[in-house]
Amino acid sequence: MNTVNDNILEVRDLKQHFRIDRRHSVKAVDGVSFTIKRGSTFGLVGESGSGKSTIGRTVIRLYAPTCGSVKLNGRELGGKLTLQMKQYLTGRVQMIFQDPMASLNPRKKIIDIVAEGLDSNKPRGERNELVYAQLERVGLSREFAGRYPHMFSGGQRQRVGIARAIITDPELIIADECISALDMSIQAQVVNLMKDLQTERGLTYLFIAHDLSMVKYISDYIGVLHMGRLVESGTKDDIFQNPIHPYTKSLISAIPEPNPLTEPHRISRVYDAPAQGIVYANGTERYLTDTHMVLATDGELETWIA
Amino acid sequence: MTDRFAFAARDNAAADKPVENKPRWAETIAVFSKNKGAVIGFAFLLLMIILAIAGPMVSGYTYDGIELSRQNLPPRIQGIERLGIFNGTLGDRNMYEAKGYGGSYFWFGTDKLGRDLFTRFCCGVRISLIIGAISALLNMIIGVAFGLVSGYYGGKPDLLMQRFIEVLNGIPTLVIVSLLVIVLKPGMMSIIITMGLAQWTGTARLVRANTLRLKETEHVLASKTLGTSTVKILFREIFPNLLSSVIVIAMMSVPGAIFMEAFLSFVGLGIPNPEASLGSLINDGYQSMLLYPFQMTIPAVFFALLMLALNIIGDGLRDALDPTQRQI
Repeated sequence: MNTVNDNILEVRDLKQHFRIDRRHSVKAVDGVSFTIKRGSTFGLVGESGSGKSTIGRTVIRLYAPTCGSVKLNGRELGGKLTLQMKQYLTGRVQMIFQDPMASLNPRKKIIDIVAEGLDSNKPRGERNELVYAQLERVGLSREFAGRYPHMFSGGQRQRVGIARAIITDPELIIADECISALDMSIQAQVVNLMKDLQTERGLTYLFIAHDLSMVKYISDYIGVLHMGRLVESGTKDDIFQNPIHPYTKSLISAIPEPNPLTEPHRISRVYDAPAQGIVYANGTERYLTDTHMVLATDGELETWIA
Repeated sequence: MTDRFAFAARDNAAADKPVENKPRWAETIAVFSKNKGAVIGFAFLLLMIILAIAGPMVSGYTYDGIELSRQNLPPRIQGIERLGIFNGTLGDRNMYEAKGYGGSYFWFGTDKLGRDLFTRFCCGVRISLIIGAISALLNMIIGVAFGLVSGYYGGKPDLLMQRFIEVLNGIPTLVIVSLLVIVLKPGMMSIIITMGLAQWTGTARLVRANTLRLKETEHVLASKTLGTSTVKILFREIFPNLLSSVIVIAMMSVPGAIFMEAFLSFVGLGIPNPEASLGSLINDGYQSMLLYPFQMTIPAVFFALLMLALNIIGDGLRDALDPTQRQI
């Protein structure tokens, strides 16, 4: 592994604006920077509409970024992509999608869905063997290869989605709310599978979710996103043991407690940026430690730490 | 101590039988042939095609052989005539003997010029099927290609293409045909071109609407992230998912085309005499419906059956191509 550059992904000041009409545009992502270390899991959390999925989709270039830089293994992937860079990206970054039903084409057999990422000129026999191997790796039987997606349960479909993502042997996998549509026990199975794959293949995950307890379980680093801005980021401990930003505090205070005796006394902290006088545009990124970043002005930081 | 769960049925292996990995076309044929209605419809369509090809050869008459001495003879079929139907009588008179054709058999009778209606019917089926099939094909090819491109690329191209459709829709079909007839001779070619120009806009709109919906689905996004080419995304990911509505539209457009042709024949822009089509046969028969009902009834009944068969085949084909409709 390259020790000089152990950041697999570096995102700098990424902006993604969607034009509505001549005058209006939606600033889905507005100046976000983060880095992901090779082999780690970066959890991206935030409420609906905060721009989590947009970041994931921009990194894999489903959207062309408005401005900012995205570096994969030190190579610039922002701006216009050459065909060569596009292939470089496709070979190294893959995505697992949210809806296990919609992410599999109902008209295709599992074998063709999983094999899609393989080079189309791969000989048929070799291709099929690779697919069987991936299916068995994600806990499905090779007999499933000839079936159609509607014959599977949600958890099985998500496993197919994972098999499709790992067949090209990527380095970075963007998991876009990939467990949100599954029930709790299946979520655990899928997350365990993803962790196993990570240790086996040294995968890096960009894990997008809104379920903080799951993010706490799976992530090494966490970024908290609100209104298209990264308000706080750091290691798992930075965020959960020492949350600084009031939005992070509010999010953490909203996690239900499993203990029925203490749960009724849990206090959810209300976060209302305008009422509290917080304007993200005024804040700058301030590092409390090497890893722990908060978006704040000088005054805000003082009051929050105090 | 613990009561463990045990399988009620010993042999559970049946539940997880491997699904045979048959090729797509084999699966489709297997499902289609299980649908009895569709098979019957298909058999009927085959029969009509065979009639259209071989009918004029076996009848012993030509479609344009005029013989005024045998006009308006009712149907007479060997064998069946003994049952008291199709025996060549009109009222109580055997018209064949009255007109001196005692030894002849016209299966579907003759028209007012004495032409054999069976031969004309077969030629009519031939022309109507060709018109229906080619116009449905044109409709599908142009409509699907236009709709896919317009919906998938969106933005400016989409805007231009949709305005183009609206302009085309604004021109009445009759005007297009009249103009075409000036350039071409009235006949099959001009009718097919008219259909090709007039019908595909509906298909294109339907395909575009579905494409707009489908291109945002996650499996299309997944294909993009896997580096699949645009052409492959269009024809492997999007097209199969809108195939069912396209098939329904295409099957509906066949009767539409045949009716249209009948109408054009009626205003004198369609198939010129002495050639026949199903539509023109029904039109001719309709003029003497009360005196000689067989002249209209026979082609009309076959026309209705043909439409029914096409619709049932369309339904069967749609189900056969849709894996989610299949039972294991």
